Amino acid sequence: MVRNTKSVKIVRALWMTLLMVFLYAPILIMIALSFNASVSRSQWTGFTLDWYVKLFNDPAILGALKTTIEVAVIATIISTVIGTLGAIGMHAMNTGMANVLVNVSYLPMTTPDIVTGVSLMLMYLFCHVPLGKWTMIMAHIAFDIPYVLFSVMPKLRQMNPNLYEAALDLGCKPLKALVKVIVPEITPGIFTGALLAFTMSLDDFVISYFTSSDMYPNLSRIVYSSTKLGVKPTMYALSTLMFATILILLILVNRRTKLENL
Amino acid sequence: MKRSWYATPYALWMLLFAVVPLLFVCWYAFTTPEGAFTLSNFQEFAKPRYIGVVLRSLKLALYCTILCLVIGYPTAWFLAGRGFNHAQSLVVLILLPMWMNLLLRTYAMMTLLDDNGVLNAALEALGLGKVHVIGTEGAVLMGLVYNYLPFMVLPIYTVLKKMDYSVIEAAEDLGCNPVRVMTRVVIPMSVPGIVSGVTMVFMPAVTSFAISTLLSNGKLRLAGDLIDYIFNQSSSPNRWNIGSSFSLLMLVLILISIGFLRKVDPDNEGGGMW
Repeated sequence: MVRNTKSVKIVRALWMTLLMVFLYAPILIMIALSFNASVSRSQWTGFTLDWYVKLFNDPAILGALKTTIEVAVIATIISTVIGTLGAIGMHAMNTGMANVLVNVSYLPMTTPDIVTGVSLMLMYLFCHVPLGKWTMIMAHIAFDIPYVLFSVMPKLRQMNPNLYEAALDLGCKPLKALVKVIVPEITPGIFTGALLAFTMSLDDFVISYFTSSDMYPNLSRIVYSSTKLGVKPTMYALSTLMFATILILLILVNRRTKLENL
Repeated sequence: MKRSWYATPYALWMLLFAVVPLLFVCWYAFTTPEGAFTLSNFQEFAKPRYIGVVLRSLKLALYCTILCLVIGYPTAWFLAGRGFNHAQSLVVLILLPMWMNLLLRTYAMMTLLDDNGVLNAALEALGLGKVHVIGTEGAVLMGLVYNYLPFMVLPIYTVLKKMDYSVIEAAEDLGCNPVRVMTRVVIPMSVPGIVSGVTMVFMPAVTSFAISTLLSNGKLRLAGDLIDYIFNQSSSPNRWNIGSSFSLLMLVLILISIGFLRKVDPDNEGGGMW
């Protein structure tokens, strides 16, 4: 599209540099501040790991870390199982019925997070279910399932449909054929789906905010509450760790499937 | 057992945790706290205490969309260009923040813009004096653009990338100058991407939550913050009903724009996630 004249190259390099500065400077500055000895954000008084040490000695943050990981792990396991079984089931259905069911998955993806969060909160409160860890897990499973579904379905479509039939004809029980024939074929998709679900679960703030309580905060909630009390460098350390974790997970996902195609 | 039955847990879970909660929102939106049918919940947002927030949300979301388009279009155009060796890694770098926690990104922005923050420290060091950014609409706008820019770049990039280069060459061979190639060929052909991008930025910007509160020290609320406020802080006895009617309005707004998007871009050329 763009001719590679010298002037185009210069403008392009300048534009992209400015854009990268805009996108990454705030994050890099925050990471730098998490290693700054001074509480002040305007001066650098030396490198320290104190804030990280403080972070891991803070029982509230450790509790939230435990909650966050627990929620993400449980939600990932359950959503991977439900999503994979769902994809296998829908693959065996006639297209009309399958389309209806697949469309249900677009619902949490299109609904704004705040509406999803509020709607779940309303349902929990109406049913007198106290908000806490499990209400958050249920919500996470619901928004994780579509990611698993959309990772597994393409693998099923690529699969040779005769393999399963052949296994049955050769006397395999349906359940055994599922485990021995279908699952190995779609394992890469299941793994990508699980990885995505885990990332989304760790990454979520809005839906967790509405479906949990201050009694069982996750890390995002801790960061959000702390903003009202002024800035603390330990929060920079926490944010840095969260960024790093999510970044690594995203790079792993991106190696399995192009992020831009999700 | 037939294989299609394996989808049962999926169907049940999505019904219970994605469909039913929205039905609760609909139910509360159209009823009084006593359970009688009413439409009065929807009138609330036109009342003086809320209308300001609604108008501010629309205004800032509009500015944000325009800015994202102005920044995002050239970006996508450069990225889709031929012979740009770094395009692939830059695409990943630009899209990565899209998947990163909104709160953390906004928190980083806050650190930068705060009165005693890095920006002011840098300005002072240069002898330029402090600027007061945080708490203004400008800061909120910057936060919105920062958060939603990738959503504009992605669909336009996808369309431009797929574009047939020979069409541009044909225009050039037929005597079009570069400006006319842009206005008569490239931009018209990328309309589906632009529409996708505009929708994918405007909608979440209108419903955005926390970004504005954080960057304005709680002074400027947007529609998403308003919903949070109504549900969690207001003392009104029908707060669930009013909050639900707002949520429902937002949902309807989104569904209308998705419908619009499907009409303008039926084959999903824009590569929107919707």
